[in-house]
Amino acid sequence: MSGRALPWLRPAGTGGFVPRSTGGPLWRAFDWLRRNLFDTRMNALLTLLVLAFLALIVPPLVRWGLVHASFGGVTRAACGPDGACWTFIRVHLPLFFFGRYPAAERWRVIAALLLLAGFAVPVLREHVRRRWLWVLLLFTLMPLLAGILLAGGVFGLTPVDTNQWGGLTLDVLISFVTVAGSLPLGVLLALGRRSRLPVVRVLSIGFIELWRGVPLLTVLFMSAVMVPLFLPEGMSIDRLVRALVALILFNAAYMAEVVRGGLQGVPEGQDEAAHSLGLRWWQVQVFVVLPQALRIVVPAIVNTVVDLFKDTTLVTIIGLSDLLGAVTQALKDPAWLGFATEGYVFSAIVFFVCCFAMSAYGRSFERRLAPGQ
Amino acid sequence: MVRRPSPRARAAQWVLLAGVVAVAWVLGSIAAANLDRRNMGFGFGFLGDHANFDIPFHLIGWADGDTYGRALLVCILNTLLVSAMGIVAATLLGLVVGVMRLSRNWLVRNLALGFIELVRNTPQLVQIVFWYVAVLQTLPPPRQSILLPAGFLLNIRGFYLPNPVPGPLAPVLQPLALILLAAIPLIWNRHLRGRPLGSRALLLAIPAAALAAASIVTVERPVLHGFNIAGGVQVPPELVALWAGLSVYSAAFIAEIVRAAIQSVDKGQREAALSLGLRHGQVLRRVVLPQALRVMVPPLTSQYLNLIKSSSLGAAVAYPELFQIFAGTVLNQSGRELETIIILMAVFLFISLAVSALMNWYNRRVALVGR
Repeated sequence: MSGRALPWLRPAGTGGFVPRSTGGPLWRAFDWLRRNLFDTRMNALLTLLVLAFLALIVPPLVRWGLVHASFGGVTRAACGPDGACWTFIRVHLPLFFFGRYPAAERWRVIAALLLLAGFAVPVLREHVRRRWLWVLLLFTLMPLLAGILLAGGVFGLTPVDTNQWGGLTLDVLISFVTVAGSLPLGVLLALGRRSRLPVVRVLSIGFIELWRGVPLLTVLFMSAVMVPLFLPEGMSIDRLVRALVALILFNAAYMAEVVRGGLQGVPEGQDEAAHSLGLRWWQVQVFVVLPQALRIVVPAIVNTVVDLFKDTTLVTIIGLSDLLGAVTQALKDPAWLGFATEGYVFSAIVFFVCCFAMSAYGRSFERRLAPGQ
Repeated sequence: MVRRPSPRARAAQWVLLAGVVAVAWVLGSIAAANLDRRNMGFGFGFLGDHANFDIPFHLIGWADGDTYGRALLVCILNTLLVSAMGIVAATLLGLVVGVMRLSRNWLVRNLALGFIELVRNTPQLVQIVFWYVAVLQTLPPPRQSILLPAGFLLNIRGFYLPNPVPGPLAPVLQPLALILLAAIPLIWNRHLRGRPLGSRALLLAIPAAALAAASIVTVERPVLHGFNIAGGVQVPPELVALWAGLSVYSAAFIAEIVRAAIQSVDKGQREAALSLGLRHGQVLRRVVLPQALRVMVPPLTSQYLNLIKSSSLGAAVAYPELFQIFAGTVLNQSGRELETIIILMAVFLFISLAVSALMNWYNRRVALVGR
């Protein structure tokens, strides 16, 4: 919508008509300024106000974050008093990305991430033959290989306990597993909610509304505290696995609502035509309705994934150490006290880059979808 | 066309139900066995027991020896307080940013866009912790408090507001003001000489405000007294941080809802209204906004619900809301995992359902008026 503005937001009375002009680049720049920032008195005032606001905010930020900031060194002695201490970030970078994963085994984490990227690219690219095959591999073979790499214990790989996993890797891992688990479950729940079988419908609605009505934090907490109560004596489940199951169930409810939106967007005639061709119910859903419905909701699914990725920070509160947890941990390091701002700004930047990239992909898909739809 | 499900499918659903019931029964019996082994029963009787902890911020009285039941009430009020403050602030900020997004001014438009992208793409928990640790904790100590206009104070201990002290007539005047305020929605649809009163009902707020002002004798301002601040109402930094985190985050989403809603109003509607001779302000007020509002209500509802649920993130900054006190202190003291989590979930579920029922009722009203 950039560049287009609504006529009624133009202040009345001042007209706002400025003739377009032709001329050299400098003149064109001047003309652009005149048309976009100073076309009416009201707009000129707004422009000046925003400029004043920026002049108040930006220079101190630049001074703090860049000019007076320190980047080099290995101890806190390298840091000046009035700038940011990015040395703190640089020194703790391995902790922020790998958590407490043993230093000698970190290549395995990198290899797992490369596997994820390698399998994800064919799924996300625009023109791919047999995309469904790649999707299938991404959700079956890839987790298997990555899981072997990360956990170890076979093929001569040293086992690494899950409580040593952490940092940004943990955020990525949790997000991937949760999406892989909650998407199929969400599709089933969405179909269940639209089912004509009353028991299936009521159970689906109950499940969806229950999870959507409670905060994620209580769900995670339930996985941490309450699940052991429901396990037979002597049996225990890994804390990370418990959190993953909780996240999958919670997000399945949100996925179900997204998919339901897509199902409602498929014309009824499609369903009827497929039935009249003699297809059975599940054939109609799998071959006719779902492919169309899921295509419509890809942007909405991307949004859900972005929300989920941001929400993985909540596992900090139940004691898992993701990026935010690793930052909090580093802040307690007695040799590096007092760099909270740097730590949180850094984690905000990392999350921003990841989430912005995902949202940008979602938007580009939406644009790709628009003409054909 | 209604296709009847096959008899086999109809039979299968009861098998599914039986399976769900069976799983629930197995889990329940395991839990019962586990509780037995720990010599603990299941029940909510412990709410009557005396709690032995402090709740640093409370709207109604709280003493150390009060019951867990009263702690629940105190915490629900704290959760509702920060949620209500967040909803009001997020809506106002979201409206402003959403309209800025549609401005003709390039700078204003892109400033709003930058704000929205920055806020929407960073985790809410990081934002709340950032507000608390990186902003509020760096404020000066009480001796060097930042003085704000109208007697407000800001320092590391929190935000201080002037405290209006009610006079002897307050018990009469304040309920009267409340009655006037409550009457506004009632007379909104009344007719005077055949014409609906509508927004003129808002005029009643003026006498209400006057009555409220008349009931106050003095305003007690927060002042520095020794090493601390005396007088005034203290808003603890935890509440300020949580409030800022919740409202800024939601405002970015609400801004996009506002923008989408205004853009969804067909251009022809504006053009038709303008060609009928309505002024720009009238077009906005009588044609565009009523239609935009209708589109806005359902997504706004889910944003409000998200905000209320996110208030549980107050646990990260130790704001004494429901989650922080019940999943933390109460659970540790009473050792009743099952009960505290059931209470937590039930309360949030109830608040969510109540808010969505309220918003659905409002949605139906707006939908009718708009048509």
